[in-house]
Amino acid sequence: MKTQRTNVFSAVLMHGALITYTLIALFPVFVILINSFKKRKAIFRDPLSLPDAETFSLIGYETVLKQGQFFSYFQNSMIVTIASLFFILLFGAMAAYALSEYRFRGNKWMGLYLALGIMIPIRIGTVAILDLMVATGLVNTLTALILVYIAQGLPLAVFILSEFMSQVSDDLKNAARVDGLSEYTIFFRIVLPLVRPAMATVAVFNMIPIWNDLWFPLILAPAEATKTLTLGSQVFIGQYVTNWNAVLSALSMAILPVLILYVIFSRQLIRGITSGAVK
Amino acid sequence: MQRAGSRWHIAVFLAPAVLVYTAVMIFPLFNTMRLALYTRIDQERVFVGLQNFQTLFGETVWSEQFWNALGNNLWFFAIHMLVQNPIGIALAAILSHPKLRFAALYRSAIFIPTILSFVIVGFAWKLILSPIWGIAPTMLDFVGLKSLFAPWLGKEAYALTTLALISVWQFVGIPMMLIYAALLSIPEEIIEAGEVDGITGMSAFWKIKLPLILPSIGIISILTFVGNFNAFDLIYAAQGALAGPNYSTDILGTFMYRTFFGFQLQLGDPHMGSAIASSMFLIILIGVCIYLFAIQTRLRRYQF
Repeated sequence: MKTQRTNVFSAVLMHGALITYTLIALFPVFVILINSFKKRKAIFRDPLSLPDAETFSLIGYETVLKQGQFFSYFQNSMIVTIASLFFILLFGAMAAYALSEYRFRGNKWMGLYLALGIMIPIRIGTVAILDLMVATGLVNTLTALILVYIAQGLPLAVFILSEFMSQVSDDLKNAARVDGLSEYTIFFRIVLPLVRPAMATVAVFNMIPIWNDLWFPLILAPAEATKTLTLGSQVFIGQYVTNWNAVLSALSMAILPVLILYVIFSRQLIRGITSGAVK
Repeated sequence: MQRAGSRWHIAVFLAPAVLVYTAVMIFPLFNTMRLALYTRIDQERVFVGLQNFQTLFGETVWSEQFWNALGNNLWFFAIHMLVQNPIGIALAAILSHPKLRFAALYRSAIFIPTILSFVIVGFAWKLILSPIWGIAPTMLDFVGLKSLFAPWLGKEAYALTTLALISVWQFVGIPMMLIYAALLSIPEEIIEAGEVDGITGMSAFWKIKLPLILPSIGIISILTFVGNFNAFDLIYAAQGALAGPNYSTDILGTFMYRTFFGFQLQLGDPHMGSAIASSMFLIILIGVCIYLFAIQTRLRRYQF
């Protein structure tokens, strides 16, 4: 009897702690979202109540859609994120296959060389990266951002993918070799499909930092035509600082795509982290 | 079989990754350190050796800013180590309780701030803490602590700590997830063996689980260190490039950005910027080496 009571007690305590922290985590997001749908007066008079028939207003969103280039920003972010992920996965998987499948001189050193970037942030080299982009005429292009994000994402991708590729059965590959398939066919047709779960993990890990990055868009591609959503909302909010409706709506519009992506991929992301891929 | 003869495919598989990585990451990294040894005189690049570093550490205008930024950065890191990681470990410990219901739901919800961009987080908190809007004072009023309210982000004494706590709020999900994973990988038999010896509940956590997850805590510490010492976005989004009020929230990332890119009327100086970047590189390298040689080799990894 006594142990049962302590069990109930500790369960209440655990749920209490978790609910408290969940509220702390979600409260700011919630406040921004509900107030973005309210009239200016209601935002200030009663910031914590939900919008009702009287206080509901879309004026902020109208301002944002009229003044901001949000669709073009959104498109730029999509292009940059998807293209970067595609090449991180393709190049990363190819290099990981070379390192895990073949014995060649310098194999270990090559692996170490590629792993350096896991610990050293690419931002340290920003001055020279800008130099390089100026010299190649890539400043203010999405290509510059994509190149930087590929370089940034490759080290961890190679590291994770080569762990998984070394687990692919040798018999399978040797059988294919006996059948006369080329090394390229073996890679693309047999190995890649088998490591698809690991590729998904790598993609989800890289997606969020690329989508959210402010530093490189600010330095390499600040032009109106190449602004990403993160930089675009930063600039927009900076300009409309006193227009609370517009600022709250812009924030909500920036939150929404990430939240949707998270709902779709959270299972993958959490499984990726907890499966020890980053150990 | 012609296997031994043609090994070209290895090069083909490696080439794209090695090329992009070398050209866009490794080469600029070293080129930045080389650029730190030059300066610009009358539109020409002149080699000056270590003179930029002498300026950075010797002239008070520069050295004051550098030490201020480094000191702030250390405080920023200290708050993450003292607040973010203990909270993350505590949450993970609760979540890994075998009989807990809704664990997946809590986990996903608590991780949400981590996926948001610094721009969103910075502005959202700026609005919430703003004395004009008054959400923070209203909330404090609920618990009878209204007198404690101050415009924290605007006060020199509090701004940096406030920003560090905002960053903690954002990233607590990462230590939580990694420790959670580590706790789940502890085999049931070890816990049961402890129970047989009468070690249960809290003491099981302190005496059995915590020592076993020390390697994960080491990894989290080094990830926090590297992340904090190249942080920039949150400060820039919330306080601007000047890292106000009166540079009280300036960290190495914002200092480097201001120096290299320029702000307001001051022109950017890529060479001084490179000198700061090289100093940051050295600091991060020292941190990583301490981790690799001093911490990781001492912590035994348990293979289950």
